[in-house]
Amino acid sequence: MRPGPGTYRVDGRIYASVLGLLQRRPPLVRIVPLSGRYIPKPRDVVVGTVTDVQGTFWLLDIGAPRWTPLHMTGTPWKIDFGETGQYLRVGDAVVVAVESIEATGRIGVTMLGEGLGKLEGGTIATISPAKVPRVIGRSGSMIRTITTLTGCKVVVGQNGRIWVDGSPEGIIRARECLRLIEEEGQRSGLTERVQAYLDSTQTPGSTHDHRSHVLGEIPHSVGGPREAEVILPPPADAAEPEGPAEGSEDDARPDGAPPDEY
Amino acid sequence: MGSIGAKEVPVLLSPEGRRIDGRRLDELRPLKITAGALHEADGSAYVEWGANKVMAAVYGPREVHPRHLQQNNKAIVQCRYNMAAFSVDERKRPGLDRRSQEISKVISEAFESVIFAEEYPRTSIDVYIEVLQANAGTRCAGIVAASVALADAGIPMVDLLPSVAVGKVAGEIALDLKKEEDNYGEADVPMALVPQSGRLVLLQMEGHLTAPELARALELGVRGCRSIYETMKQALRDRYATGEAAEPQGAA
Repeated sequence: MRPGPGTYRVDGRIYASVLGLLQRRPPLVRIVPLSGRYIPKPRDVVVGTVTDVQGTFWLLDIGAPRWTPLHMTGTPWKIDFGETGQYLRVGDAVVVAVESIEATGRIGVTMLGEGLGKLEGGTIATISPAKVPRVIGRSGSMIRTITTLTGCKVVVGQNGRIWVDGSPEGIIRARECLRLIEEEGQRSGLTERVQAYLDSTQTPGSTHDHRSHVLGEIPHSVGGPREAEVILPPPADAAEPEGPAEGSEDDARPDGAPPDEY
Repeated sequence: MGSIGAKEVPVLLSPEGRRIDGRRLDELRPLKITAGALHEADGSAYVEWGANKVMAAVYGPREVHPRHLQQNNKAIVQCRYNMAAFSVDERKRPGLDRRSQEISKVISEAFESVIFAEEYPRTSIDVYIEVLQANAGTRCAGIVAASVALADAGIPMVDLLPSVAVGKVAGEIALDLKKEEDNYGEADVPMALVPQSGRLVLLQMEGHLTAPELARALELGVRGCRSIYETMKQALRDRYATGEAAEPQGAA
C-alpha cells in the first residue's frame, strides 16, 4: 500500500495527516477529510464574492486558502484597463468555474460558460464544502425539492457557498433547509425531514407562482427563463451524493493515529 | 484575615504522598476537551483542565495579512496566546505583555514543526488561544486546545500535540502542577510531545532541578502527554461521531 492524500509515511509506516475517514483502495491508502477549507478542483462551479478590484482583474473570496484572481478576459464583458470597477465592485457575488490550479497554489477561474456570471440580489448561505453533495441530493433531488417548495432560485457552489433568491419567506425557508442539511446531513432520511419541514411551513402563495414575478434574471448567463433553476456542477461530481463508496470507510481517526502498518 | 505580609506556605505534600488537591505525584487534573466549540472559526476547541479554562480558534489557511510576511514556499503559522483580564484573581492588564509574547512565539514554533506547511504556500494559519481562567499550566492547556482546533480545521499535521507541565513540589517531582504548587514549588517544566515520533517540540524550565530530577520529570511528562493524547483523540471522535454512527443504517 502506498500513502495517498491525507497521509504520510515514516519508516515504512503510514500515518494520517488530517482528520477524516480511512479509505483503502489498493494500491493507495487515503484519508477522506471531514473538515477543512474548500480545495478547488478544475471544472468546479463556485460562488464567490469580490474582495478587491484591480486594473485588469478582481480578487474573489471563494472560501479557498487563497484569494482567486478573475481576469477581465475571463468575463463576457469588453472592458478597458481600469474599467473593472464599473462591472464588479467589492462585495458583489459571482458564479465562476475553476479552470486551473497552479503549483504555487494560485487558482484560475473564469466567468465564461453556461450558468456563470454575476449574481444580483439574493443572499449567500455558507455550509461545509463536504456537505455540498447532500444539498444537491441524488441527481439533484434534494435541491429540486427545495427550489420547488420555496419558489427560490438557488445556485450551489462546490465551495459550500449557496446563493438563494426569492420571496423573503422563501429565502428564510430555503436557508433553514440548508441549515438542516448542514447539521443533520449525516443522518438518514434527510430528504424526508427537509420535505416535512417545508410542508409544515407551507404558506399560501409561497410556491411556484412567486418565482415569475419576484425573481430577477441572472444577467448574461441565463438568457431568459430556464427550465431548471439550479445550476449543477459537472455531472462527475454530482453523481456521488452519498459520500465515500460503501464499505470503504472505517472510523474517524484523528491525526497521527496510524491507519495502517506497512 | 490579616494576611498582608504573612507568609503562609501551604502544605503541598502530605506525609501519605497526597498533594494539595488529593492527587498523587503522577496524577493529572481532570481534563475535558470539546472540539468544534465555535461556529465561525475553521476549527476550534474548548478545554477545561483542572481550574483552567481555555478556548482556541483556528482560521486558515488564509490570505496572509501583512503581505510581507508571506512565504512563497509554505504557510506561516501565527499563534497568539492571550490571557483575559479576568482570568486571574488580580486583574491582568489586557493585551500583549512580555510573557504572552514569549509564549505565543514558542507555541508558534512548536506547531510549525508539526504542520505540513508546504501544502499551502503563501498562506497563513492563524491560531488564537484565549485563556479565560488560569490556574497554572495555561500554555500547556493552550497547546492542547490549539492542537485539537487545528485538527478540527482539517490542517495536515504530523500528529496532535499533547502538552503538560511537570514540576518540583516539596522536593518531589510532580505531574501537572496547579496554581499553589506552581507558586510555592521549586521548579516548573512545561513540555509538548509529538507522540508519533516521541520528539519534544517544546521544553522550557523555570526554577532548579538536578540532572536526575530532570530525567524523571521528562519521563513523567511524556507519560502524562500520552494520556492526554488519548483524551484529545476522543474529543475529535465525539465531534464527528453522530453522523458516522448513523450512516451505515442509512438505507434500512
